[in-house]
Amino acid sequence: MTAPDNNEGGLSVLDRPNSYIGRTVPRPNAKRLIAGRGTFVDDIKLPRMLHLAFLRSPYAHAKIEGIDSDEAKSMPGVIGVFTGKDLIDHCTSWQGVLTHLAGLKSAPQSALAVEKASWQGEAVVAVVATSRALAEDAIEHIIVDFKDLPVVLDMETALDPATPVIHPELGDNLTWTREVVGGDVEAAFSNATHIVEETFRFSRHTGVTLEPRGLVADFDPVERKMTVYHSGQAPHMMQAIFAKHVDLPEADVRVICKDIGGSFGIKVHTYGDEMATVAIAKILGRPVKFIADRVESFTADIHSRDHKVTARMAVDAEGKILGYELDDLTGVGPYSMYPRTSAIEANQVISLSGGQYDFENYRAKATVVYQNKAMMCQYRAVGHPIATAVSEGMADLAAAATGLDPLEFRRRNLVADDAYPKTSAAGAPMDDLSHHACLDKMVTMMDYDAVRADRTAARAQGKIRGIGFASFIEVGSPSPLFYGTGGARISAQDGATLRLEPQGTVTVSIGVTEQGQGTEAIIAQIAATAVGVAIENVRVKTGDTDNSPYGGGTWGSRGAGIGGEATLQAGKVLRQNILHVAGAVLQTGPDTLDILDGAVVDKQGGAERITLADLGAQVHFRTGELPNDLQPEFVATQHYRVKGQPFVLTNGIQASYLDIDPETGGVTLLKHWVVEDCGTVINPQLVDEQIRGGVVQGIGGVLFEECLYDEDGNFISATMADYLVPMAAEMPDIEIAHVETPTSTSELGAKGAGEAGTGGAPAAIMNAVNDALAPHKARVTTHPITPERVLRALGVI
Amino acid sequence: MPSMVSWRLRGGAQRVRYRYVHQPNWGKIPVKAPPFAYVRATSLDQVFDLKAQHGDDARILAGGQSLMAMLNLRLDAPELLIDINGLDALKGIDEDGDAVVIGGLTRHVELERSALVATHLPLIAEAMPNIAHPAIRNRGTIGGSIALADPAAELPACVVALDAEIKLVSGAGERTVKAREFFHGLYDTARNDDELVAAVRVPKSPVSRRYFFSEITPRRGDFASAGLAATVEIDGDTMSDLTLVFFGLAGRPILAARTGDAASGAALTGDIDQIIGQVHAVLDEELETQADLHSSAKMKSHLARVLTKRALTQFAAGRS
Amino acid sequence: MDETTVISCTVNGEAVEEIVPARLNLVDFLREKLDLTGSHVGCEHGVCGACTVRLDGVIVRGCLTLAAQVNGATIETIEGVTATGEVADLQEAFLARNAAQCGFCTPGMVMSAAELLTVNPDAGRAEIRDFLSGNYCRCTGYQAIIDAVETTLAGRKNGGSTT
Repeated sequence: MTAPDNNEGGLSVLDRPNSYIGRTVPRPNAKRLIAGRGTFVDDIKLPRMLHLAFLRSPYAHAKIEGIDSDEAKSMPGVIGVFTGKDLIDHCTSWQGVLTHLAGLKSAPQSALAVEKASWQGEAVVAVVATSRALAEDAIEHIIVDFKDLPVVLDMETALDPATPVIHPELGDNLTWTREVVGGDVEAAFSNATHIVEETFRFSRHTGVTLEPRGLVADFDPVERKMTVYHSGQAPHMMQAIFAKHVDLPEADVRVICKDIGGSFGIKVHTYGDEMATVAIAKILGRPVKFIADRVESFTADIHSRDHKVTARMAVDAEGKILGYELDDLTGVGPYSMYPRTSAIEANQVISLSGGQYDFENYRAKATVVYQNKAMMCQYRAVGHPIATAVSEGMADLAAAATGLDPLEFRRRNLVADDAYPKTSAAGAPMDDLSHHACLDKMVTMMDYDAVRADRTAARAQGKIRGIGFASFIEVGSPSPLFYGTGGARISAQDGATLRLEPQGTVTVSIGVTEQGQGTEAIIAQIAATAVGVAIENVRVKTGDTDNSPYGGGTWGSRGAGIGGEATLQAGKVLRQNILHVAGAVLQTGPDTLDILDGAVVDKQGGAERITLADLGAQVHFRTGELPNDLQPEFVATQHYRVKGQPFVLTNGIQASYLDIDPETGGVTLLKHWVVEDCGTVINPQLVDEQIRGGVVQGIGGVLFEECLYDEDGNFISATMADYLVPMAAEMPDIEIAHVETPTSTSELGAKGAGEAGTGGAPAAIMNAVNDALAPHKARVTTHPITPERVLRALGVI
Repeated sequence: MPSMVSWRLRGGAQRVRYRYVHQPNWGKIPVKAPPFAYVRATSLDQVFDLKAQHGDDARILAGGQSLMAMLNLRLDAPELLIDINGLDALKGIDEDGDAVVIGGLTRHVELERSALVATHLPLIAEAMPNIAHPAIRNRGTIGGSIALADPAAELPACVVALDAEIKLVSGAGERTVKAREFFHGLYDTARNDDELVAAVRVPKSPVSRRYFFSEITPRRGDFASAGLAATVEIDGDTMSDLTLVFFGLAGRPILAARTGDAASGAALTGDIDQIIGQVHAVLDEELETQADLHSSAKMKSHLARVLTKRALTQFAAGRS
Repeated sequence: MDETTVISCTVNGEAVEEIVPARLNLVDFLREKLDLTGSHVGCEHGVCGACTVRLDGVIVRGCLTLAAQVNGATIETIEGVTATGEVADLQEAFLARNAAQCGFCTPGMVMSAAELLTVNPDAGRAEIRDFLSGNYCRCTGYQAIIDAVETTLAGRKNGGSTT
């Protein structure tokens, strides 16, 4: 940790005495959760609260020719029934486009479907009743006259002239396309010794947060103020969206996110059912609760992935990459999601693929199309599982073509650790990365030679066993260039306000939110360190637009990188403010003082001069003892954003070791290793657990999870028995190590850690599967790698 | 699960799919049960009276591990639930001469921990931990499992393999149906709607008999993509009375009688691969499999061969 | 026929008598009627395990049991086992190991793990994974949970148990 701190005379603020940076401390809020005393949105009960249930489209694509809800309206407990037409005047429509994504187009979308439904699960009618069960009873008595329309499902034929156009006003089913070109790919391929080619397919996934999406919207018709208790990741963003579309000033909309039961990017979007809930609460002037049930979650939460990528890589005789090109096709449902759009994942794929390698000639094209399936948007590790699996899959093919060990191939091609700052072939700015250090650490940690020997021995006994690697880069801490530039009211900046309370404790209010990652813990660690108090004396408040500085919330691995830096800077200001007052009180120069463990001390020698509790009492209650020209400011706010580049990259390497049952095709994960460089590690345990959870989410994607649709666009795996999430029995133990290269963009030096596990695991496991299958002349490049796909590759069935 | 949740979740999902395709009201699929009345039955006669009164509008609630999920999804809308959990007459595991009689309300966890079952019905003892997860096994019952007849359920396959008898009771009296004649097709059994599975009478397994139970699932506790409950008599090196009952392959447990017959009499001293090859040849002709969401029919046929091979290999290794 | 029923039961040691709709399931009863919101609703089709509670001493899925069925029964929830201190060591291990992230699965996970502690005190890692395989956690990747349970088992063997 070498980030300079001008105030510390060469000593980093992170290295202050009693620093909490780099220490495992328990999360202050975890105890409550473990005792079952969390407050999730469905735990909130308000007086006169009503419950909302939706009739959703059973068809993937159907015209709504009539809705008869007369009978439902007279059912017991029913307060109101609302159709799309009923809500038009109460909730304006939206379009998921951003101006900096040139050519991106999308049709206007309403809270409830109006003229037609465009995917199975789109909300069509809302019923409000005194209980959820009664609302569902009434739904059974609503008759919707649907007329089926032809469905567009296959992304590969979505643009064919014969395929119907989902939104005729758009002219075609093309959402967005972009090509990235760097260097001269044609020349690179013509000079190549080896050219390898492959096609990869990635299934549709969804987040399956254990707590479904939900909200309680409470409108006070007298003050005309809306309070929304929301299971979400970005309270300020939702404040702006709710305000805009139900026509209230932002200042009169308060969004409160209490405990959030998992989010992973699922809960940072604009959902029609949630917008309808807010609009109906405003119409009725009563609190309205909507909690998605599990089938609704499957069909109406955003989905992700669903890519087909065709790639080619050219290498010379020594195995140096000369050129790399890929074409990515993805289908994103019938609309582009608002406000982040559904073009970002494909954009990440073409912007990041191969970014871990040192080569100059690159061409990548993204084609994003509409289809009548659930909408797609950003979900944990946006695009990275695809970019990494394709690039690392190609790297292994190129290594094999050159006769190199996969790690040797990577050594020859990974960007050198001293080559930064650097711009990738795709044009991405890169800095402070450590691919070679991570690779070296991986070799040691896993004992590569021993694992290889073990593989050899196992194969001799007839086992199908493989080792796979994935070097990766991962985007975190997005700057304003990500969304704000394109017109979205999504803050890339976050603020932290630190207050010294009369008893000497510190209260932090901050825009980044907690969804279980441990945001509150690391913010407390940073605040305690920066100010100089014990962590037990720090309280962190998040997730309330009325009470925290404006910010973007927690997504894109930005909690530590952005929220943490804002806290550090605010903590430093508060410390100076305190020392300024202490200097006056103690009649000494503030420069001679410091704060340690809740007391002002002499910088030299460390003798305690006055505790913060005494100082706090003096400042708050015995102000008359202070000099008249001294106005204590025991509140400090600082904001932070990433400047000058679009994001802060992290990097690392994962390795997988696995067995394949030659008879059943089942994959048994024996071991998984990760070496990660997320810059300054604030809390080693929390970082490791973010990585472990992320890896397992990646394992779900590569081995199990698949949103399956039939030929009519029916989502046929929409229960937890059919959509296979990873469970405890099949998961491996995961070993983790770190290389710490602090980002030079901030003093704290922390980068993101939340998504790298998910981004890299599918590639490592796919490569291990293909290493295992290689002696049998078989390969699998379709995710999930199911037993049946393995057996088909082996020619067994 | 397989099993308890299974038929609702599996059956449920299938019904959801059916409704998706054929009925424009899939969108009404909810999560809170529809309204119904509830009676906590205190005697079998009361159950019979209520069934006589309400017919198909009344459902019997035993463990509820399938029925409840189905009700939550409103895939079923009975007027009345008759809770039989208080009927002690349907509980217990007892010896009866050369058989073990298992009451219909016996919960999976009781079978799993029963010394009688471990001693006399080792196949069932081996099967039990495969059923779903502990919280489901604490509640699910053998009567419910058999009455529902999930094609991927373990217990129906076991009772077929062990040639058990199923005792059905109704207001009209009681009757016994051989397990091998009980399972007709997908959720279709010999049980009439007014009958309860009162007990299952399972012949005690001779000490000389060998057992094999295995299932292949996507994840621990999931519906089996394929499963096999098998028993065999081994005299010296010779197999006889090979009984192979597959589950998870089609609409009901499949007793592969021709395959078993073909292998009976085979000597296990020779080339085991050759025996397996012969058995596979008959099996391929005999078995008909149906795809589910995660496995094609071809995959299931293949897994049936794998399980058969594993069973024969285990039998060969364990002879003497 | 009447679509409500009266139940008397003991919940976390307290006698409870309520009139409930027959269709109300146990976890909704606990959450909505008794405000015991520690048990969570994750799927309502019996797969995720978030609603795991104890009924007459053994764990069950709260969404697959009717409130009407618990007449005369004893129910324990995360609130109850926390108050008695029965799982204090397990909860301490969860905290120390960061075996809870978002915390939504955690009450169900603790209830399931508590049963494992009593029925299989000799469980190894594979058996712990197996026993908890019916409880879904999206956040942790499970390893921390397995570690916490393993630590608790070891602690109880060494006499560290308070139960």
